[in-house]
Amino acid sequence: MASKAQTPAAPATPGFAYSALILGWLVPGAGHLLTRHWIRALLLFLAITAMFALGLAMQAKVYAPNTGDPLDMLGFAGDLGAGVLYFVARIFSLGASTVQLVTADYGTKFVVVAGLLNFVAAVDAHNLRIGRKL
Amino acid sequence: MTFTPSHFTAVLLFATFASVVFAITQRSTPRAMAKYGVYCWVLFVGSVVAASWLMYFIRK
Repeated sequence: MASKAQTPAAPATPGFAYSALILGWLVPGAGHLLTRHWIRALLLFLAITAMFALGLAMQAKVYAPNTGDPLDMLGFAGDLGAGVLYFVARIFSLGASTVQLVTADYGTKFVVVAGLLNFVAAVDAHNLRIGRKL
Repeated sequence: MTFTPSHFTAVLLFATFASVVFAITQRSTPRAMAKYGVYCWVLFVGSVVAASWLMYFIRK
């Protein structure tokens, strides 16, 4: 028997169902803006952007695609979660290409985790958008 | 601009940012979010402090 929590609700807003997911991935918190959760959007934007920026300030290694190293590929997948922030970091060559300081190792983790947290936030925005979460 | 925090400062920053995201995404009401955010933060920082003491005694 399906419980009430498992029953999908009607879409909260009409239009493209994945817009909050894609927008939330591209810009941290933007998916929540689309679902009109202003404070959540602001807090997510501040938390994820600050984490990413502090990571770069700690001389984080920003992973590139196609290095051939499996660990680098996982790091790239994490970094990519930050959306536009990652592309800006790559375009302007922010961060470092190799880890040379102890704090750079922390910073690398900050950047990867900021991307992973943004994935979680984008999925949450999608759930709000389709009415799975209130 | 470079930022060189101590290990503990990095832990506090990491715990704060991760707890904010966890709270917002894993709970539905503002009150539940606040409680869960504090819970996550305490677990992050508490586990680091506990692990630090454990390593201190192993080293001795």
